[in-house]
Amino acid sequence: MIPLSWSLTLSAVLFGIGIIGVLVRRNALVIFMSIELMLNAANLVFVAFSRALDSVDGQVFVFFVMTVAAAEVAVGLAIIVNLFRLRETVFVDEINLLKG
Amino acid sequence: MTPFLFLGFAALLVASALMVVIHRNPVTSALFLVLAFCSLAGIYLLLGAEFVGMVQIIVYAGAIMVLFLFVIMYLNLSHDVESGVQIAMRRALGWVIGALVVAEGLLLAGRRWFPGPDAHPIAPLHPGNTQAVGEALYTRYLFPFEITSILLLVAMVGVIVIGRGRGAAAPPAAPPPDLTRGGGS
Repeated sequence: MIPLSWSLTLSAVLFGIGIIGVLVRRNALVIFMSIELMLNAANLVFVAFSRALDSVDGQVFVFFVMTVAAAEVAVGLAIIVNLFRLRETVFVDEINLLKG
Repeated sequence: MTPFLFLGFAALLVASALMVVIHRNPVTSALFLVLAFCSLAGIYLLLGAEFVGMVQIIVYAGAIMVLFLFVIMYLNLSHDVESGVQIAMRRALGWVIGALVVAEGLLLAGRRWFPGPDAHPIAPLHPGNTQAVGEALYTRYLFPFEITSILLLVAMVGVIVIGRGRGAAAPPAAPPPDLTRGGGS
């Protein structure tokens, strides 16, 4: 039997790594991957509490989160591809169209 | 046994997530992300969520990461220099792992047709995790489930509209002067 605190700690560590990735990396694709890491950290909390509370509701929510993540990745990658066509770069430091 | 497995998967997960963030080559980052998703699927299995673990492997490690890798290679972002030693090492590693998988398959096939003396009978059918999730999904969460399909439809239409670019009729090498006008693509 795995204690609930272990799963929550692991999820917090995973979320922290994702935040570090978003803040530190400048490649838009790696930033997207870090966002996926954070979504998975949230999913881990859902599954852990689903186990602790002995109900399947958390797993149903994980299903929904995965659907949203898939849609988000598809749209985001389309935006990145379009951005690359326009600016020939995916480094977010060089993308400053809205800066005025 | 289970806590040790959990700790092993957790260590693998954290290490590969760190490699995703640290590594400079986006292709390597994506492959380490696949490893992270697979170890997370193992943790889901340990937590008794078999359906979610399988969907994690199929959807995340299968579909989403293939999309990532496709875009990375489409944009031609990988600048890693491959020396001869690395290629030889990879080829040797590939042969070893392939041989292991083949041997495993042969072993399992042999056991399937020639079961040993300690072959267990098939466990009796009992309502598993997948059935419980399905019942919850199609009864109490039916409306969110239908909304999810609309979300997927909207995402699909949006991706097609965005991915078509600035119109196939326009010349491909058109200068982007209309960016400042704020027109959508």
